[in-house]
Amino acid sequence: MPQTVLNGVLLDESYELSFQELCNTCATSEEWVLQLVEEGALEPLNFTGHVHQSEQWRFTAVSLQKVRTAKRLHRDLQINPAGVALALDLLEQIDQLQTELHCLQTYSRNE
Amino acid sequence: MDFKDYYEVLGLTKTATQDEIKRAYKKLARKFHPDVSKETDAEVRFKELNEAYQVLKDTEKRAAYDQLGKNWKAGQDFNPPPDWDAGFEFNGAGFEGGDAGDFSEFFESLFGRGFGSAQQRYHNARQGQASRGEDHHAKVLIDLEDAFNGASRSITLQSPEVDSNGHVYSKQRTLNVKIPKGVKQGQRIRLSGQGSPGMGSAPAGDLYLEIEFKPQSLYRVDGHDLYLDLPLAPWEAALGASVKVPTPNGAVDMKIAPGTPAGRKLRLKGRGIPASTAGDLYVMTQITLPPADTEAAKKLYQQMQQELAYNPRSKLGV
Repeated sequence: MPQTVLNGVLLDESYELSFQELCNTCATSEEWVLQLVEEGALEPLNFTGHVHQSEQWRFTAVSLQKVRTAKRLHRDLQINPAGVALALDLLEQIDQLQTELHCLQTYSRNE
Repeated sequence: MDFKDYYEVLGLTKTATQDEIKRAYKKLARKFHPDVSKETDAEVRFKELNEAYQVLKDTEKRAAYDQLGKNWKAGQDFNPPPDWDAGFEFNGAGFEGGDAGDFSEFFESLFGRGFGSAQQRYHNARQGQASRGEDHHAKVLIDLEDAFNGASRSITLQSPEVDSNGHVYSKQRTLNVKIPKGVKQGQRIRLSGQGSPGMGSAPAGDLYLEIEFKPQSLYRVDGHDLYLDLPLAPWEAALGASVKVPTPNGAVDMKIAPGTPAGRKLRLKGRGIPASTAGDLYVMTQITLPPADTEAAKKLYQQMQQELAYNPRSKLGV
C-alpha cells in the first residue's frame, strides 16, 4: 500500500518551547509546572531565579518527559512536588549508573 | 475468559482488612510503577494492581467479588453467573488512578465498561462537548545505522476507538514515519494530529514516538557516543600498528601507539552518532592471546619466555 512518509518533529535538546506550550503539551496546570520549577526539578533555560517571570521562560524538550513523568508519579502514587523532584533526581542517577555498569560489564566479559 | 484472583495480585488472603489492602497496594504500586520499575513486565503488573485495587478498596465491589465463590483459581475459565451482582450497586464510582480504559475483560464483565477513556470521550461527544483528542505514545525500534543515515520506518499501532453504539474496539493503523538522522536512544518524535481525533471542533491529539535502538552486537551507545571493544594482537599493542576499526559508516584506519596496554580508551572524534555536535566513537583496547596450538607457535612463546625475562606480577611483589 503506497503511503506518504510522515515527518515528525524531533524533540531533542535544540527543541525549545515556552512555559505555556509546556503546560498545554503535557495537559497539566501552570501551577503544577511552577511547583516543579520551585522544587528545582525543572530549570528553564533562561532561569533567573524568579518564578514570576514564567511568561518569558524557555524549556528544552527534555522537560516534556520530566513533566509527564512527574504528573504520573503524582497521580498514581500521590507523591507531592518535593517527593517528585527527589524521585526524578534519583531516577536520573539510576539511569547514569546503569549505563556505566552496562559498559563495565560488557568490558569485563570480553576481557 | 480467565478468572482473576485480585487477592493474589496484591499478595493477600481474603481475610485482609481494608487497611491491609491499601497498604499492600501502595507498596506494590511504588515497586511496579512503569516510570520507576526496571522490570520488563512493570506496565502489565501495574495495570493488574490498579484493577485489583479498584475492586478491593470499594467495600461494595469487594463484597460482590467475594460472593462469586471461594473455589475460583486465577487463570480458570470464567463466566459470570447470570444474577451474580443482584443486590449490589456500584455504578458511577469513577476510576481514579492509572490510565483509564485498561481493564481486563474479566473486570469489564463484572463491573461494566463505563470506565474507559474512549467511552468517556464518546459520552462527551454525545453531549456536544468539544475536547482535544488524546495524545498517543508508542515505541519504535531502529538500527543504529538508521541514526547515522536517517530512515523511514513503518509502524503499526493499535488504538481503542468507539463505534456508533458506544462499544470500544481496537483499531489498527499503519504509518510510515521518517526517522531523522542523529536521533538518540530515548528521544521522542512528535507527529502532530496523529493521536486520537478530537471531539466537536477540537483538534486531534499528537502521536509521540520513543526511539529505541535494537540491541547492538558491536557498539554500546551512550547518548551520541559509541563504545567499541577493539582486540589487538600482542605485537600490535607492543610495537604499534595501523589497524582497521569498524564504524557504522564503514571501516577506518586507526594508529595504535607502541606499548598500548589493554583497557586504554582511544577516541575517534566525531565518529559517533551525527548531530549538531556529532558524538565520538570510543575504542577500548583489548589484547588477545594467539593460541599456542602448533609446534611453531609453542617455540615462539618459549623463545619469548627465555629472552624477555618478563614478570607480569612484579607489582604484586612475587
